[in-house]
Amino acid sequence: MLDWQFFVLLMSNGVLIGLMYSLIALGFVLVYKATDAINFAQGEFVMIAGFVVAVTLGAYGAPLPAAVAAGLAAMIGLGFGLERVVLRPLIGRPIIAVVMATIGLAAVLRGLGPLTWGAETKPLPLPIPDEPFILGPLFIPPIQLLGAVVALLFLAVFGWFFLKSRKGVAMRAIADSQQVAMAMGINVERYFALAWAMTGVVSALGGMVWGNLLGVDVHLSLVGLKVFPVVILGGLDSILGAIVGGLIVGIVENVAAGYIDPYVGGGTKDFAPYVLMILALMIRPYGIFGKKIIERV
Amino acid sequence: MIHRECGVLKTTYAADMALYPLPIARWTVAGLAVLFGLVLPFALHEYYLSIVNLIAIAVVGALGLNILVGWTGQISIGHGAFMSVGAYTAANFAVRLDFPFWLALPLGGLMAALVGAVVGIPSLRIKGLYLAIATLAGQLIIEWTINHVTFISGGVQASIEVPRPTLGSFVIASQLEMYFLLMTFVVIAIVATLNLMRSRVGRAFIAIRDHDIAAELTGVNIFRYKLVAFAVSSFYAGVTGVLYTYYLGIANYEQFQIVTSIDYLAMIIIGGLGSVLGSIFGAIFVTLLPILIPYAMEAFGGLFMSQAAVRNTIPNLRLILFGSLIIIFLVVEPEGLNRLWRNIRNYFRFWPFAY
Repeated sequence: MLDWQFFVLLMSNGVLIGLMYSLIALGFVLVYKATDAINFAQGEFVMIAGFVVAVTLGAYGAPLPAAVAAGLAAMIGLGFGLERVVLRPLIGRPIIAVVMATIGLAAVLRGLGPLTWGAETKPLPLPIPDEPFILGPLFIPPIQLLGAVVALLFLAVFGWFFLKSRKGVAMRAIADSQQVAMAMGINVERYFALAWAMTGVVSALGGMVWGNLLGVDVHLSLVGLKVFPVVILGGLDSILGAIVGGLIVGIVENVAAGYIDPYVGGGTKDFAPYVLMILALMIRPYGIFGKKIIERV
Repeated sequence: MIHRECGVLKTTYAADMALYPLPIARWTVAGLAVLFGLVLPFALHEYYLSIVNLIAIAVVGALGLNILVGWTGQISIGHGAFMSVGAYTAANFAVRLDFPFWLALPLGGLMAALVGAVVGIPSLRIKGLYLAIATLAGQLIIEWTINHVTFISGGVQASIEVPRPTLGSFVIASQLEMYFLLMTFVVIAIVATLNLMRSRVGRAFIAIRDHDIAAELTGVNIFRYKLVAFAVSSFYAGVTGVLYTYYLGIANYEQFQIVTSIDYLAMIIIGGLGSVLGSIFGAIFVTLLPILIPYAMEAFGGLFMSQAAVRNTIPNLRLILFGSLIIIFLVVEPEGLNRLWRNIRNYFRFWPFAY
């Protein structure tokens, strides 16, 4: 293969994978944007969604629309429930408490998934062909294309939601100052629940796309570790940032893996994004599109 | 009366500054010393002794993490990585250069302190969530480095076997001998932490945790003390890693993955942030949890399902219980087991009066 073709292939792969990361990062951003809460269990959300859809499809033989509906319903329910039971009592407490609570939540979900649905890897068959599209040097698996399209679709939907819709504007007001929003008659707690439910929806779709790509088992939650480089690069509270961050992370990890892996024996993919993230934290901690108000020393 | 708090007359500054000013506290410490020094090691079966040894190692690490998180208010999700730095440093020195345990241990600690201070550099610019994520990145990067650089990890399986620690010509091999070795380090760690927190440095840590801007206004050099906190905490972590290595006889990165970092965070949250006793309670609790769950499951689980199914559920059940406990303690009792213990103690202090 020619050099430039190799590079273009790595780039295109990076773009597609990156947009699939954005899909998961969107869930994180939605919660952070509206509630200032951090969800270290984002990857576990994706895993649980994948489990629900895969089991409904596989074990019960339900048709795809029913499985998708079950996945969405389960994740929305999970979002509502967690907000109510875990996150709401922690409002106003130090950030360590919220971080640790979601880490504890991640442990619970990681145990609960395999306990309920079994530890073996389950396929999540979507009615999508396996053969990649081949466009010149490009090599595009349809599932990745679907993931990318869904991510971009959500970017548009949430962009409209936060800029134009009444609920979105209310949510931005809450993000700006919870006290002022309350004084203006916004039911803050209900919007918190809404934000968690929206995260549930995004996670459900992420779970389906990633579950189809990797198969559903407990390792699916590792995808969540990529959320942090993505959102740090893009900006924690920016939806556009989640997309751009995802693109950067996807491209960097693919290109780095393509050129460095042969020398170090693999694993660059899991390494490069975090180096990039550390650099970003040192230079521009609020990310490319993030609000400049950040906790600073 | 030794158990009274009133009527204790201090006539010197030294008496006022003593670590345990009350007679009852001194008697308790003496009692515990006898219990742990003379009774327990000879009364316990080898298996139970090995559990106590694991707890002892965890106590050192939990104290270290508590210095950073509980007292200085800096989150770290990278503690497991600092342990691995200590472990591999000591193992390399011990195997390649034939260093004895007594030299490899401080070297491991110092290397971990150095790496910890480097990972702590972002704390000078960022805090809270961003710092948590930065230390998470530190954990993953260190894990990757140790795994992929064969010079450090010793190639196959990324593990290095180390010789048994020796004292002169005496080889420390059995659980009982290991017990006394580990207990020495536990006592040193506890006394060092108690004294550190009474000193100028410890007060600076607490000031930074409570309000960093106010601390800076009162003349605390925040930059310096944050790095000191990371270094001291990582030194403890490094020592913990070395102790693990010598206890197991092998340095293995699987002992120090991100799960370990979270285990130690759970210890200090369940035990109580910013308290020495809490670190000990937490270490006991989190170490015993995975040991007790199989017992309970094998005793009662057979009533609902087959033994094979029971064995499969144990690791998952452990995760669930572990995560739920973190959440429950955060929501219901943020000050942890230490607070529960204080409540019980206060009840008996005031008994028979309610207040």
